[in-house]
Amino acid sequence: MTPLLEVQNITKRYGSRIGCAEVNFTLYPGEVMGIVGESGSGKSTLLNCLAGHLPPDEGAVLYDTRADGMVDTVTMSEPERRMLSRTDWAFVHQNPRDGLRMGVSAGGNVGERLMAVGARHYGNIRDTATDWLGRVEIAAERIDDRPSAFSGGMQQRLQIARNLVTSPRLIFMDEPTGGLDVSVQARLLDLLRGLVRDLGLSAVIVSHDLAVVRLLADRLMVMKGGHVVESGLTDQVLDDPQHGYTQLLVSSVLQV
Amino acid sequence: MSDYNFAYLDEQTKRMIRRALLKAVAIPGYQVPFASREMPMPYGWGTGGVQVTAACLRPEDTLKVIDQGADDTTNAISIRKFFERTAHVKVTTHTAEATVIQTRHRIPEEPLTEDQILVYQVPIPEPLRFLEPRETETRKMHALEEYGLMHVKLYEDIARHGEIATSYAYPVKVEGRYVMDPSPIPKFDNPKMEMAALQLFGAGREQRIYAIPPYTEVVSLDFEDHPFVASKADHSCELCGADNAYLDEVIIDDAGERMFVCSDTDYCESRRATQQEDAA
Amino acid sequence: MIHIDNLSKSFTLHNQGSAVIPVMADANLTVAAGECLALTGASGAGKSTLMRLIYGNYLAAGGRILVGDVDVATSEPRDILQLRRETLGYVSQFLRVVPRVPTLEVVAEPLLAVGKSPEEALTRAKMLLGRLNIPERLWSLSPTTFSGGEQQRVNIARGFAHNYPAMLLDEPTASLDPTNRETVLHLIEEAKARGAAIIGIFHDADARARVADREIDVAQFTPKAA
Repeated sequence: MTPLLEVQNITKRYGSRIGCAEVNFTLYPGEVMGIVGESGSGKSTLLNCLAGHLPPDEGAVLYDTRADGMVDTVTMSEPERRMLSRTDWAFVHQNPRDGLRMGVSAGGNVGERLMAVGARHYGNIRDTATDWLGRVEIAAERIDDRPSAFSGGMQQRLQIARNLVTSPRLIFMDEPTGGLDVSVQARLLDLLRGLVRDLGLSAVIVSHDLAVVRLLADRLMVMKGGHVVESGLTDQVLDDPQHGYTQLLVSSVLQV
Repeated sequence: MSDYNFAYLDEQTKRMIRRALLKAVAIPGYQVPFASREMPMPYGWGTGGVQVTAACLRPEDTLKVIDQGADDTTNAISIRKFFERTAHVKVTTHTAEATVIQTRHRIPEEPLTEDQILVYQVPIPEPLRFLEPRETETRKMHALEEYGLMHVKLYEDIARHGEIATSYAYPVKVEGRYVMDPSPIPKFDNPKMEMAALQLFGAGREQRIYAIPPYTEVVSLDFEDHPFVASKADHSCELCGADNAYLDEVIIDDAGERMFVCSDTDYCESRRATQQEDAA
Repeated sequence: MIHIDNLSKSFTLHNQGSAVIPVMADANLTVAAGECLALTGASGAGKSTLMRLIYGNYLAAGGRILVGDVDVATSEPRDILQLRRETLGYVSQFLRVVPRVPTLEVVAEPLLAVGKSPEEALTRAKMLLGRLNIPERLWSLSPTTFSGGEQQRVNIARGFAHNYPAMLLDEPTASLDPTNRETVLHLIEEAKARGAAIIGIFHDADARARVADREIDVAQFTPKAA
């Protein structure tokens, strides 16, 4: 099997300060990779470098494109990269306001990516949008409401629908359940797991919540000070952490 | 008033504007930035159009200025007088006699010819602006032809009103490449934009110039199942009887009585003159 | 089927003065297909640790853990994931599930993961839940709200959903009433009959005597104090 994503030696500096350094990993189709670490550990910087939102100073992000096979997305042209990120990739922001158009109806939000790749039949766009709202458990009659009238959990689910409507193969998530209350988190986790399995999605999920990554991620990378200090199977890293920092992280979780 | 340079602007400024115009003609629909000058009129009164007109005028030209189709409104009259004084050009209200026509929000009903230039006054040149507030991002979207957002606007129209309710400033795609705001002309005028005359657009406050060369393809955006319709009021003109001209609805008394008349005053008057001749 | 050579394990506690605690050394064992091996030893002797090492949940310090032809001690995470999906099942003492997922789907999930059709997976899940006496009215509810015994039975149903060639059973009969205990022992015997290699921990001596072919005391793997 060929990898979907191959990250080679990604380094990003902010002046003399290190954002993330020498990160390497390979993601295969259907795999979910979790990235954990405390605030400022470089996990969001890494995610933004992978998703093409930040240019890394060094390294390559090879992606298995549908048309041309493995291509370095860091050096590919901007139009190609932007096309990739609105078709084959998805990005779920922690704050749905960053990923939604708040002045546009739910249907328009979901339909935008379709229209961006050339859909020009209103009826079909609306049918697809309705279908996707259903999949993320938003009632069809809310299709013409704006996201500002939605609860936080609904906004997050709408953001997911908006991202998945073009059937991407790789989804980047930045703290997808952050800022949601616990019952809403559970529902979202269940939804994400179902979508990842049913659609065969690969995902890179950044979170500081170890419970979230235990449920969603197959594999885990632990970051500290911009470096990956430990990686491996999710349950192995959490149950038998090898690095001192990971041991501290795991033992710091409050038990309920 | 002979102390003014011909057509008010100094020659260097006119050259700068002409260079922008040439670039605009070379890339139909593309917004060319230009160093818009302060003009002796407030923004929103046609400062962009006036600068483009000034840069195009020759002493032998004949100028017509319309505002919403009418030659006799304050805005049209003051701009016409402005060029009468500063350029000493001939002015007219007859569409066929004019070589340069400056317009605010209408295209004359009478078809224009290859010898004419139509100058539009533009308030907001960026068609994507209301959906994407960042100029850096809209420029990138134009450069990369990422126009999905434009259809989101039309989608919202249909979702909200059951049809595309945008009735003016209806977005068009020029020569299969740039999406352009045709200025706030009624969508009834959109099909006329594929014309023989050169069309120039000037936005003074926003400092942008764009153009549609003669016979350029101009397509109004739409959906397959909600095609573009160049609609107008379902009446005919109560003065000249025209049933294919764009109409204004005029309230005529305190009782709310109203009538529909041609918005193009010159068109209406010529038709009535012809009808009287025929009757005589 | 399962073959362990010279396995060793130690824990390093970096935050407690980097204390190194050796917990296992020179572990060797082999389980053939169709055979059931019972791990014995006092509490804390390392039975669960050994199970977790085999499942890849703990990282081995040295030695080999062959399950089929995959060496769990050195394989890439994705190879271990594939092994867990297709070859190696693990029935732990605790059920860990995503909240809100219905019991039926929890049990069917391992079958869906190996590509079985939803109908086939649900049919088998219903059969197993029925055999383990989980009332049908509970099938559409999340097991997170169930009693301990019910959760344990759901866990067993899930563990036996897919016919794994190798299985790890951690106290499968604990906290079960006689009827359900009998069902679980039947399931284990059926798994053996179809050729599964099983390693189990049974505190229930009768159950151990009934299903286990051999016993091994993990105390012999405890590192000798140097």
